[in-house]
Amino acid sequence: MSQKLVDKLQQEFGADILAVSSQHGDETITVDKDKLLVVLNHLRDHEGCEQLSDVVGVHYPDRDQEFEVNYLLRSWQNNVRLRVRVHTTEGEAIDSATGIYKSADWAEREVYDLFGVDFADHPDLRRILCHHEFEGHPLRKDYPIEQGQECSRPEHLFNDEDIARAARRASGIKPEVGGAHDEVHPSDLLTVNLGPSHPATHGALRVECLLDGENILEAKSEIGYIHRCFEKEAEDHTWAQVMPYTDRLNYCSAMANNAIYALAVEKMCGVEATPRANAIRVIVSELSRIIDHLVCVCANLVDVGALTNYWYLYNTRESIYQSLEGLCGSRLTTNYARIGGMSHDLYDGFADEIRTKLDEMVVGNNEVMKLIARNRIFLDRTVGVGAISQEDALSWGFTGPCLRATGLAHDLRKSAPYFGYEQYEFEIPTGTDGDSHDRIMVRMAEMVQSRAIILQALDNLPDGPLNIEDHSVIIPPKEKVYNTIEGAMNQFKLVYEGIQVPAGEGYGFGEGANGELGFFCVSDGTGHAYRIKVRPPCFPIFSAFTTLVQGRMIPDAIATLGSLNIIAGELDR
Amino acid sequence: MAVDLESPSNYLTTRLRQAVNWGRKYSLWPLPFGVACCAIEFMSTVSSYNDISRFGAELVRFSPRQSDMMIIAGTISYKQAPILKTIYEQMAEPKWVIAMGACASSGGFYNNYSTLQGADHVIPVDVYVAGCPPTPENLLFALTQIQEKVEKEGLVPAAERHPGRIEA
Ligand code: SF4
Repeated sequence: MSQKLVDKLQQEFGADILAVSSQHGDETITVDKDKLLVVLNHLRDHEGCEQLSDVVGVHYPDRDQEFEVNYLLRSWQNNVRLRVRVHTTEGEAIDSATGIYKSADWAEREVYDLFGVDFADHPDLRRILCHHEFEGHPLRKDYPIEQGQECSRPEHLFNDEDIARAARRASGIKPEVGGAHDEVHPSDLLTVNLGPSHPATHGALRVECLLDGENILEAKSEIGYIHRCFEKEAEDHTWAQVMPYTDRLNYCSAMANNAIYALAVEKMCGVEATPRANAIRVIVSELSRIIDHLVCVCANLVDVGALTNYWYLYNTRESIYQSLEGLCGSRLTTNYARIGGMSHDLYDGFADEIRTKLDEMVVGNNEVMKLIARNRIFLDRTVGVGAISQEDALSWGFTGPCLRATGLAHDLRKSAPYFGYEQYEFEIPTGTDGDSHDRIMVRMAEMVQSRAIILQALDNLPDGPLNIEDHSVIIPPKEKVYNTIEGAMNQFKLVYEGIQVPAGEGYGFGEGANGELGFFCVSDGTGHAYRIKVRPPCFPIFSAFTTLVQGRMIPDAIATLGSLNIIAGELDR
Repeated sequence: MAVDLESPSNYLTTRLRQAVNWGRKYSLWPLPFGVACCAIEFMSTVSSYNDISRFGAELVRFSPRQSDMMIIAGTISYKQAPILKTIYEQMAEPKWVIAMGACASSGGFYNNYSTLQGADHVIPVDVYVAGCPPTPENLLFALTQIQEKVEKEGLVPAAERHPGRIEA
C-alpha cells in the first residue's frame, strides 16, 4: 500500500524527493526542506493522510546536516503510513507544519526543546519538557545525561499583554453566568493555576486559566513536570535494560507498554515472538487496558462528585493487580515482557482466577452503570462537555478511546493487527459526539470487549515454547547458563554488551490503553539504542485540551481533563 | 497514663501533652504530593482493600493549609522542585513528610538531567520508604513510623526537628 503511495509521490514531485527508502515494512521519503509543506499539504489533501502521528528528531553530530526530522504520517482511511524526512542543521529553520496538522504544534516544540531545531512561523516556539531556565538541548549527543540544571521558580504563562487582550475580547460578550459585561477591565480577570499539584489533574501537569468569573477566557497548559528523560536514558542503557523504563511511561498499564516495546525491538531484530508469548501478551495487554480504563473512569467520576463508583471500580483493579503480581512479582511496574518472549509463563490456576475476576468486573461495572447511566448530575456534568469533532480529533493526533468517542472506529488492533489480534473476535465501541460522556462510555464498553478477548485467548492458549530460540536476542534458559560454558558466555555477552540490534530504523506500535503507543527506534548496530522516540498517546491529546475548555467553566475543564485520561508519566516521558 | 482502679469513679490520669499526642497520632491528614507512578499506589492505599482509615489518616486533603503529613509520591524534577518547596512551606506546623518510593528518596533509577536526586534536596524528610513503587503495606508502615514519632516527640515543629533545614 505505502509503496504505491511512494510511487505516486515520486511522479508528482520528481526531483524534490531526494531519497526513498524502505525498511521493516515502513516507507520513508526524504524531501527538500523547502518543499516539506507542499508535500505534507498534498499528502493531507489528496492522499488521505489525516494524521501527523509524531515528529521525531535525531541528531547525527558527524554529518553536515546534523539534524534529521521525521514526520510520521498516518492515513486511517487508506490504512497507510509514511515517513517524511528532512535534514537541517543549526541555524537553518524548517517551515512549521502547524498550519497543516494541529498536532505539529507541540511535536515541533518538543524537537525544538530537545534538539534545538528551529521551526519558522511556529506560533509559539517555546520549551516544552525542560524548564524555562534550562540551557542547551539535552537530546543532542554532546549533552551529558547527568548534567542537571536547577530551576529557581515556575514560569508565568500569561503576561500583562495576554491579559489585556483577553479582557478586550471578553468585553460585551455575555458570559454563561454573572450577567452581561459591558466592559471588562484587565483587573477583573483572575489567573488560576490548575496544577501542577492539584487533585483533579491526576498527575503533574499544569493549566493556567484566565478567568472572568467562572468562565475560562483563555487557558494555557504546561507539561514537563515529570520529564524523566526516558529517551536519553534509553540511549544510555542496553536495549533490554530499557524495558523497566517502559513500565513507567503509562504506569496504569505497564504490561502493555512492555509488550509493545518488545514488539518494536523484535521488529528491528527481524524476529517474531512465539504464538504462546503472543497470546500471553494479548491477555496482559487487555488486562492492562481494563485496569487503565478503570482508573480513568473512577477518577473521572470522583471529579464530577460520584465518589461511590470509585470503590466499585477500584476493587476490580486491586484484584487484577494481585494476579499481575503473581505473574511478575510486582503490582505496578511489571517488567514482564522480554525482547523475544516473556520473563515467565503464566502460573497454574491463572486462567480460572482471571475468569472469576472478569466476572466480578462485570458485576462492578454494571453497578456503576446503574449509578450513572441516567444520573442527572452525571449527565449534566459530562454531556456536551469537552466535545471535539472528528476532523479536529484527527488533526490534533487523537487516537484510542478519545478518537473513537467521536464516532470513528479506528483501532490498531483491527487495522494493523499485531500479537495475532486478528484471531480474536471483538467489536470496536464508538461514541457519537466526542464529548466527555462518550469518552467514558466508550471506555466502559471497551472493557467488555477486552474481557471477550481475554476469554478467547485463555480458551485457546497455544502450547509450545514461550521464548524464541534465537539466543542472540534472548538469554538462554537457566540450566544452560549454569551448566555450560557457552550458555554462561552467551548470557554474559547479552547482559554486558546488550542485544546487537542490526543497524537501521523501525517503528513498532500498538493500541495502548489511551491510543497509539509507538516506539521509533534507530540502531547503529551496537547494544545500545542510538535513539528511541516514544509516541505517547496522550501527548497529542493533551495538546488539544485548552481548545476544548476555552469559553467554558472551570468545572467543565475538570470533567474534560479526567475523561481524556492524561497520564503524566507518558506525557512527559 | 495511669488508671486509678481504686477510686470509685474509675478515671484515667495522664498528661495533657500525652493525650494530645495520642489524639493527633490517629488523625494525621495526608497531603498527597502525587506526581508519578507511586501516586497510583497511594490511591490503592486509600481505597477499600488497604483502607488507610484503619490508621486514622483517611482524610486526604489537597490543600496544604489543612494537612499535616505530606506524602511525596513520585519523581521530583528540577521543574517541580520550587513548587514542592512552596507547597511544603504553606503547610502549617507541626508537619511531617514521607518520601514514598525510590524516586522521592533518591531519584531512583533516574539519574539524569531533569531529575532531582531526592526530595530532601529541597525539603526535610522524616521517613523514607523503599520500593519502586512501595506496596501499600509499606506506605502504611511508614505511616505508623510517623505515628510513633508523633507519640514520642510530640508536637515539635519541623523547624526544630530538622535544624538548619527550614528558614524561619
Ligand atoms: S519510585 Fe518507581 S514507582 Fe515510584 S515514582 Fe519513581 S519510578 Fe515511579
